[in-house]
Amino acid sequence: MSERVIDVRGLRKAYGDMVAVSDIDLHVDRGEVFALLGPNGAGKTSTTEILEGYRSRTAGEVSVLGYDPASRAAAFRERIGIVLQSTGVDPFLTVRETIDMYAGYYPRRRSTGEVIGVVGLDEKADTRVNKLSGGQQRRLDVAIALAGDPDVLFLDEPTTGFDPSARRNAWEIVRNLTAIGKTVFLTTHLMDEAQYLAHRVAVISRGEIVAEGPPDTIAGRDRMLSHIRYRLPEGAPSPPAWGQTVEPDGSFTVRAEDATRMAHEITGWALERGFSLERLEVSQPSLEDVYLELTDGEGSP
Amino acid sequence: MNGASLVARQFRYTNTAFWRNPASAFFTFAFPLMFLVIFTTLFGNSDAVIGGETMKTSTIFVASMAAFSVITACYTNIAISVSFSRDQGILKRLRGTPLPGWTYLTARVVHATAIALVLVAICAAFGALVYEASLPTGMSLVRFLVALLVGAASFAALGLAITAAIPNADASPAIVNASILPLLFLSGVFVPITDDAPGWIDVISKVFPVRHLVDSMNAGFLGTPFRWSDVLVIGLWGLAGLVMASRFFTWEPRK
Repeated sequence: MSERVIDVRGLRKAYGDMVAVSDIDLHVDRGEVFALLGPNGAGKTSTTEILEGYRSRTAGEVSVLGYDPASRAAAFRERIGIVLQSTGVDPFLTVRETIDMYAGYYPRRRSTGEVIGVVGLDEKADTRVNKLSGGQQRRLDVAIALAGDPDVLFLDEPTTGFDPSARRNAWEIVRNLTAIGKTVFLTTHLMDEAQYLAHRVAVISRGEIVAEGPPDTIAGRDRMLSHIRYRLPEGAPSPPAWGQTVEPDGSFTVRAEDATRMAHEITGWALERGFSLERLEVSQPSLEDVYLELTDGEGSP
Repeated sequence: MNGASLVARQFRYTNTAFWRNPASAFFTFAFPLMFLVIFTTLFGNSDAVIGGETMKTSTIFVASMAAFSVITACYTNIAISVSFSRDQGILKRLRGTPLPGWTYLTARVVHATAIALVLVAICAAFGALVYEASLPTGMSLVRFLVALLVGAASFAALGLAITAAIPNADASPAIVNASILPLLFLSGVFVPITDDAPGWIDVISKVFPVRHLVDSMNAGFLGTPFRWSDVLVIGLWGLAGLVMASRFFTWEPRK
């Protein structure tokens, strides 16, 4: 039986008449990376900030590490680390001083040198914060959140503004954390981030959780039809009726339940007639496809 | 760690960061001295009998600038820099750590008070060396220091309280100056209030704390009567500031 680290039942948050979060349930187990996805204004930030203890709730039960975050108990805050979406540090302190300062607030702390190494800021350790690039400052945010050796890490769009290689590095950091039993609550608008990192994702839309599950199978993604795309070369004969649709660029898409068999049929047809298909591609619906369908084009993620 | 050592630790970081912003540090210190030079140059530095003693008239400006230093370092600086820290999300991040909020704010108040003390000492030393201004001695020095500490802490508390009325950091200098500059003039910090001044000025200046601070500083430097009631009024304002701050202070940027 896995250990429940975050347990939310019937959580509701209303600002006057406006209901931001409408009776949601969710839970995160120890060692899990849980990603909350949703368009802006869907209730993502409200939910996260209630779990972090920044905001009070209107109704429902919330438990994080056995604490009610609204109590703002010091013992609770000693065990969580938070990377906020937009947050600052004193621009005139160095990276090392900043991490030292924050580490000092926690009873159980990781060594500053080690934390700097984890986020890859070794060369910038004695650089003042105002001399760091945007991506480096974001890595410092993560380092500060790790300084107190938290059991639960809240990451609110942690890799926004990262270049692709820095993003890969950040993901490795998060993966390594779960390997040592840390729990991560992630909000992101990057579908590949959720796909790569999360054990489970939940999609929130208009204050309600509309789907929840592992990224590969959420909302029946694994049972959705595969897409086979191809282009015909000049002078090729017309293909038989496979139910294909024509894309704006002139290529064809066939939706198939059994991609192996369908691809075999299409390629066999082409080979028998002595030509090759151009830009042949077989794909499963991506997390983004599922997400867009679930959120019904409500806005950007 | 107990509260006091957390405050001491936070004080060190606040102090390090303060001195690494040379432009801000320089002007905090240069401002009162600049006014001291301007006033002494404008109004001259003659001998006068004040409080039964013969002294240089520059002593009047040293006393005024001591009061001004306390207000700049504590009220103005705290209100503006805390507003910026709030807008930058520094306060929100701190709020997510186990650090008790009061230790952070206390460290800032203690730091501002320390800066105010150094500022006053520099003003006094500069006045004495360059303009032969008189300095407080003996019991008068002790009372002066008490008034100085109460004044610094109280204006710092008021600086924290006013941040609740500041919607965003960009607006902070305007709001802070609008709240304090008229009082500085009405309380005789820049221009002495003569007996011909209308009565309402006297009433206003006695209600607000600035005049009481000026009078206490004057008592130290000029030997005019020292009144504990002045210190009491300042302290009550400080207390009111503390109550307001604890009720209305916000750690997150205003939307």
